[in-house]
Amino acid sequence: MQELGKAELNTTRIIRQDDNRVVIEKDLDTEYMVLSMGPQHPSTHGVLRLECITDGEVVVEAEPYLGYLHRCFEKYCEKIDYPAIVPYTDRMDYLAGINTELAYCITVEKLLDIEIPRRVEFIRVITAELNRIASHLVAIGTYGIDLGAFTPFLFCFRDREIILSLLEWVSGARMLYHYVWIGGLSYDVPADFKKRVSEFVNYFKPKVVELQKLLTENEIFVKRTKGIGIMPAEVAINYGWSGPMLRGSGVKWDLRRNDPYSIYPELEFDIPVPDGKFSDVGDSLSRHLVRALEMDESLKIIEQCLDKMPEVSGFDPRAVIPKRIRPKAGEVYGRAENPRGEVGFYIVSDGKSTKPLRCKARSSCFVNLSAMKDLSKGQLIPDLVAIIGSIDIVLGEVDR
Amino acid sequence: MDKVMEEAGNLMSPMVQESKAAYDIIRERFGEAVSEFDANPTMPFFEVIDTAKWVDIALFMRDNSRLKFNCMACLSGVDYLEEGKLGIVCNFESIGNFTHRIAVKVKCQREGGSIPSVSCVWHTANWHEREAYDMYGMVFDGHPDLRRILCPEDWTGFPLRKDYQVQETYHGIKVPY
Repeated sequence: MQELGKAELNTTRIIRQDDNRVVIEKDLDTEYMVLSMGPQHPSTHGVLRLECITDGEVVVEAEPYLGYLHRCFEKYCEKIDYPAIVPYTDRMDYLAGINTELAYCITVEKLLDIEIPRRVEFIRVITAELNRIASHLVAIGTYGIDLGAFTPFLFCFRDREIILSLLEWVSGARMLYHYVWIGGLSYDVPADFKKRVSEFVNYFKPKVVELQKLLTENEIFVKRTKGIGIMPAEVAINYGWSGPMLRGSGVKWDLRRNDPYSIYPELEFDIPVPDGKFSDVGDSLSRHLVRALEMDESLKIIEQCLDKMPEVSGFDPRAVIPKRIRPKAGEVYGRAENPRGEVGFYIVSDGKSTKPLRCKARSSCFVNLSAMKDLSKGQLIPDLVAIIGSIDIVLGEVDR
Repeated sequence: MDKVMEEAGNLMSPMVQESKAAYDIIRERFGEAVSEFDANPTMPFFEVIDTAKWVDIALFMRDNSRLKFNCMACLSGVDYLEEGKLGIVCNFESIGNFTHRIAVKVKCQREGGSIPSVSCVWHTANWHEREAYDMYGMVFDGHPDLRRILCPEDWTGFPLRKDYQVQETYHGIKVPY
């Protein structure tokens, strides 16, 4: 008995005839079919249209079509003041609002002459890491449900609810925070915040272990993601990949270490890079593994920040914010490590106006998704779903 | 006080010094095709004056063993209205090899201007150049697939230009908000 290879799947037909003879016809002619995994689809993580040209079940080419969520962020930036842009940056990657706000604020602060108070830096890092955990929980949960695992999805969202209620307690909003402002924060944290966050950290540590056992070590999950969508390291760098995608391909590159900002130089944490023992380096399982292990590192960071955060009585997080934010003339490209990769802002200021001349948002998902066409050649359609889930896109950031 | 003395002495920070060292290698090879180094403290850059040599400079930056700029972090289109030009600003870094970073500017005319495409050198440039074309209208010579990416395919005009007038209707829908 011989097994059919992927290439032969579509050109072979096996029939059992009336006299019980089995006839195998090979090298039949086939036609390509254009299938639109359209903007409305439960597994494309948003309004993404994939135009797949398929030969039976095998995808010949899957080209992404974007722009369904394009909201002209960059044109708005030229018409409104610097502080008013912060809510718009929230809405780009809506699952990691604080990280994107942080990326924007540290970029503008490079053109200003202010010194951020230490307590503000610590609160920024704590909320950013909490948001990173929440974002990874969505990524892992939705990846599981795309492949048919329904239970981890609800486990992830149950834990995410706790983080969202913590962030709502601090900033007033569950998802679109407008919390990190240029030069400070909008409010100080409540009195019991440290206690509640350390309770959460102690509650969540065993949950990460449980999630690993439930999803990552599940035999079906491993079979569906191991060896799918392999991206070698040099090609990944050439495509501009960053964040968990690049670390999944074996490159130890994390902006919190390689281009540090805020108080990350003072904190100790590891950068998980899969070594190929459990998954193939560069495949979808590696990328998922990086996200799962990163949640542990974020918990470590939060614990250290809670210990080191200075207590200042009568603290005003808006103390250093200038009345009118008018950065000096110049241009800057500043970036931060978002849960999905490198989010950068290229800002040009003419020194006289309170509105930027040009504010370009370099979005991590846009760059990560550009490799989709090459990654999907020769894959089966269910594997396409596995690849998109591992890229972890948020269309708000792709289209801006 | 220190800042005043620093500006007076015109010292460059270590980051800018590393970029200058990388620039010197490029200048040595290409001479007058690149402009003088601009030691901007937040984003050191140089400009490519001879745009026909842009692909050669890009290949040199990526492959030379002392530079190894293997990652293009970002490519942004910019509209220089006073000069009457459009341009791109590219940010580069070297992942896993060196710690230097640099930015490059390339400019072209507003009407009918074109810049050689570097999507064959860094794949990041593929979609970024499509976005710059979509928003500004400068053509990238040699790009494998230059068409609109964020706006609909039949949109007229280039939205991010400073003198852009939004169209009145699109397929019968009133556009101005």
